[in-house]
Amino acid sequence: MPDTIPSAVTEAGTATTPDGLAVPGGEREKARSLWSDAWHDLSRKPMFYIAGVLILFLVVISLWPGLIAGGDPLNCDLANSQVGPKSGHPFGFDTQGCDVYTRTVFGARASVTVGILTTAGAALLGTFFGGLAGFLGGIWDSLISMLGNIFFGIPILLGGVVFLSVVKGGSVTTVSTFMILLGWPQIARIARGAVVTAKQQDYVQAAKALGASNSRMLLRHIAPNALAPIIVVSTIALGTYISLEATLSFLGVGLKPPAVSWGIDISAASDQIRNAPHMLLWPAGALSITVLAFIMLGDAVRDALDPKLR
Amino acid sequence: MGRYVIRRLLQMVPVFIGTTLLIFVMVYALGDPVAAMFGDRAPDPATAAQLRHQLYLDHPLWQQYLHYMGHIFTGDFGKSADQQPVTHLMGTAFPVTLRLTVVAFAIEAIVGVALGLLAGLRRGRFADTGVLAFTLLVVSIPTFVTGYLLQFFLGVKWHVTEPAVGEGAPFKDLILPGVVLAAVSLAYVARLTRTSVAENSRADYLRTAVAKGLPKRRVITVHLLRNSLIPVVTFLGTDIGGLMAGAVVTERIFNIHGVGYQLYQGILRNNPPTVVGFVTILVLIFLAANLLVDLLYAVLDPRIRYA
Repeated sequence: MPDTIPSAVTEAGTATTPDGLAVPGGEREKARSLWSDAWHDLSRKPMFYIAGVLILFLVVISLWPGLIAGGDPLNCDLANSQVGPKSGHPFGFDTQGCDVYTRTVFGARASVTVGILTTAGAALLGTFFGGLAGFLGGIWDSLISMLGNIFFGIPILLGGVVFLSVVKGGSVTTVSTFMILLGWPQIARIARGAVVTAKQQDYVQAAKALGASNSRMLLRHIAPNALAPIIVVSTIALGTYISLEATLSFLGVGLKPPAVSWGIDISAASDQIRNAPHMLLWPAGALSITVLAFIMLGDAVRDALDPKLR
Repeated sequence: MGRYVIRRLLQMVPVFIGTTLLIFVMVYALGDPVAAMFGDRAPDPATAAQLRHQLYLDHPLWQQYLHYMGHIFTGDFGKSADQQPVTHLMGTAFPVTLRLTVVAFAIEAIVGVALGLLAGLRRGRFADTGVLAFTLLVVSIPTFVTGYLLQFFLGVKWHVTEPAVGEGAPFKDLILPGVVLAAVSLAYVARLTRTSVAENSRADYLRTAVAKGLPKRRVITVHLLRNSLIPVVTFLGTDIGGLMAGAVVTERIFNIHGVGYQLYQGILRNNPPTVVGFVTILVLIFLAANLLVDLLYAVLDPRIRYA
């Protein structure tokens, strides 16, 4: 295959090019690669658009919360403690007299940042180690799998409570680092399986027989075909990471004040639920909708990339 | 079969050592248990040194680990913050959490599989869409939010159940906490069962079973469900550890004095023997559950043979 072909998408597509050349025009539909096929499928799903718009909105208000909330989340007045909704403050105030609306809007940043950082880190680390284990096989496979099992042996919530209570960082970086540390084996398992399957395919064997180098086989032939399951699992994991961050913050070991996080606010509201339910409902609702958006996206991507159930 | 079990047990040894070492290093190397005993005050150096010696903390970390492991295997887990043996705390905490886990596990397995089967058999129809929407919603709402909301509405407002679990944690008080603990896993079980059932209902052996005129009930239970349960059993097995860890949150909401509560106290008071001891036992349970799952495979699918 010539080196001038620019991307993996085109390369996968060329397998069926002869058909396309023989019957140009109408028959070209059949020559879609996995990726353009997946995109074709995604672009017809309302769920994908709902999730996409929600996530776009969340990312924008994480970057510029001032766009829809003018106040300062740390500017609180005890005189307003647990006061319900009033003009200019639609969600009311919390125990410290902070505006719940402002805090809910500003809380998006922590959740979205932790979710994206953790997913990116776990996906990179997991793909690297899992891919290596699957590709090299033998002793390396056993060693990496054992290392993964050691981290996998600690339930992530349990490890989080133990580790973060000792480290006492409470910043976005500390929480994400820890979650990457315990999250990568999940991705590594998927990546290993995908690489092992791809390695046995005829086209990889053919490339090997033609004298392709290891790095060329990995990057050009195996990676594009093993990537789909990793993307699916990572997208779904993003939602659960956000939920986990909130749980850790709720338990008092994740993010800590003065950080603004939904988990912290829900924790503070939980023992006031009889007096001021509005304190709990808004951050809890925002958190649930955020997790829902990412899981819906993951679901849509999985349906598109995994043709088994069509 | 026997050889397979022995091989699996041997494979578990390095994982057990690695996991406990990891927890041990986290707690002992990153925290300072002696300084924690003194709170905000700086400890007197001579007292601190003596305490370190008493607690075996003046040795290199790997020696501390071996020393600790040696004691564990003779049943000595050290003392908790209020000078009770950790084994005593375990004796009161584990039965409570075990009961909570059993309740949650039963709800998760029974309701999850039933919902998944219903959705898988009626793929694309109303019941299927309903189950999918329901599971999506349940997965999205974090456990502690579900917990507080259910506790508030069912326990406090409408008096359907007790808002907190009473002395001795009787089963009737554990139903609501069990539902809360099981909720997210239940949704995963339902989705997994649905996918598996939908996939297998197109299989050749199923068409054969229908064609030779077997009653529908038998086709579904013996042919379809048994084959579809294999991935579900894997998930259920690995989830036992997750449930016991998730109890940290549930036990806090419903004031249950189980493993999660003791672990949390150990962390708050910075008491390493409690934390490492409880986590070690939980890791053992997790590993044993995984082994059990692998053995169950052979029961569910006779094609799998262990030599």
